[in-house]
Amino acid sequence: MSVVTEHQAPSPAEPRKGLSPRKKQRISRVVQYAVLVVVFVVLVALADWKAIGESFLNLEVAGKGLPDLFTVALRNTVIYTLSGFALGFVAGLVLALMRLSSVAPYRWLSVIYIEIFRGLPILLIFLMIGSLPLAFPGFELPGGVYGSAALGLGVVSAAYMAENFRAGIQAVPKGQMEAARSLGMPHMRAMITIIIPQAIRIVLPPLTNQLVMLLKDSSLVLILGVTAAQVELAKFGNDQSSTYANPTPILVTGLTYLLITIPLGYVARRLEARQGAGR
Amino acid sequence: MSTVEIKNLHKSFGSLEVLRGIDFTVESGQVVCVIGPSGSGKSTLLRCVNLLEQPTSGTVVVDGVDLTDPDVDIDAARRHIGMVFQQFNLFPHLTVRRNVTVAQERVLKRRKDECDRVARENLEKVGLIEKIDAYPPQLSGGQQQRVAIARALAMNPSLMLFDEPTSALDPELVGDVLSVMRQLAEDGMTMLVVTHEMGFAREVADRVVFMDGGVIVEDGPPEQVIADPRHERTREFLSRVLHPGV
Repeated sequence: MSVVTEHQAPSPAEPRKGLSPRKKQRISRVVQYAVLVVVFVVLVALADWKAIGESFLNLEVAGKGLPDLFTVALRNTVIYTLSGFALGFVAGLVLALMRLSSVAPYRWLSVIYIEIFRGLPILLIFLMIGSLPLAFPGFELPGGVYGSAALGLGVVSAAYMAENFRAGIQAVPKGQMEAARSLGMPHMRAMITIIIPQAIRIVLPPLTNQLVMLLKDSSLVLILGVTAAQVELAKFGNDQSSTYANPTPILVTGLTYLLITIPLGYVARRLEARQGAGR
Repeated sequence: MSTVEIKNLHKSFGSLEVLRGIDFTVESGQVVCVIGPSGSGKSTLLRCVNLLEQPTSGTVVVDGVDLTDPDVDIDAARRHIGMVFQQFNLFPHLTVRRNVTVAQERVLKRRKDECDRVARENLEKVGLIEKIDAYPPQLSGGQQQRVAIARALAMNPSLMLFDEPTSALDPELVGDVLSVMRQLAEDGMTMLVVTHEMGFAREVADRVVFMDGGVIVEDGPPEQVIADPRHERTREFLSRVLHPGV
């Protein structure tokens, strides 16, 4: 054996002390499965299945929510969400352009707006919108609760979407603007025709996630004081559950949210994957 | 009248002076190739001609209009100055057809059928009419660059700027782009070309300009600048480019 051997790692074939890493890993995995099974068995043994069935899976109570669950509650949730999203989309785009403006005060205004509305809970925004008539007597938002909901969800999502759009616009290669300008397009024309369409494609995944967030946040509309016709999913579930003194409607409502949020999340991941592949 | 007339052009990026007093002209119908080591300022010079870079001082006159004059409508001036980029810069979200028609429609306000006719004509010229409905990412680099040339030509420019048009291409794709450019030169287009293609410069250029360190070192016909350079720096550069590895 040469002198070099003292620097070499012990050969894998040599006998070692204790367990090999692979054996340790296997034991660890068996233990993890065992813990899972034990927890599951204990939960099943302890739960009062009869009570759970009556309280949470009460089909009779669940049936009483139909068809209003879909025709009123879900419909309103979708209306609140989409109108807030539309407002946030437009305002967010404007804020992003302000954020990137060469005019400094526009940049400041945009930053201030974004910082404020990303830092406030939506609940608080709704409370403020509710008290707007105190500041401006006789003032009324068009659309009543629908207008207030769109405004509340819109001003907050605008702040988040502005940051998304800004990142998206900056992610479009600089050469795109140069090519557009070299063809004689003014800056704004180039933005609208060349840059923004590409930026929107880039931010499609985060915007989809934004839509999911809004869908969930639309439940806070209940703070505005809604009538039976304006009720959205969360309040609908809560009301039904009080009426029948049974939590099943809350579970049903939850499932209805998931019916939308899970596919949307899937769409967002698909868009993201496609973008990753396209680059 | 000269198509391009540059006088005492200076350009600094911060404290870095990239162009240090450039004087030169391009006559109508001339093909001028600008060569030189990287960092010599040749791309910056080209980008000053359509004011993608704002000169620090000096004047840039194209077709008799001083582009450095703040009262000049730079968008109007750029309509007549076609530019081809190293990275092609096609609009990836638009079809080839739309790439070639969008500026005609939005900037020149041509009628739709007229835009389409001009697009077809120019795509025919660069040999890519069959790709008219494809999207840029579906094309090879060489094809993209030829579409980019068609896009610039569709504006009926009086001057074409080429910024290292073949540098980003795989070697086997360079020829197609160069032959389109050669055809363009034969048709009498005024061209200012920043390039490393010495063969192209020698065969096609009316004049070759050698730049180094932000100044023009040598300016003359290719048989002189490339075959028999007067300056030591030019000789050094050419021997490195023409006989790499020696």
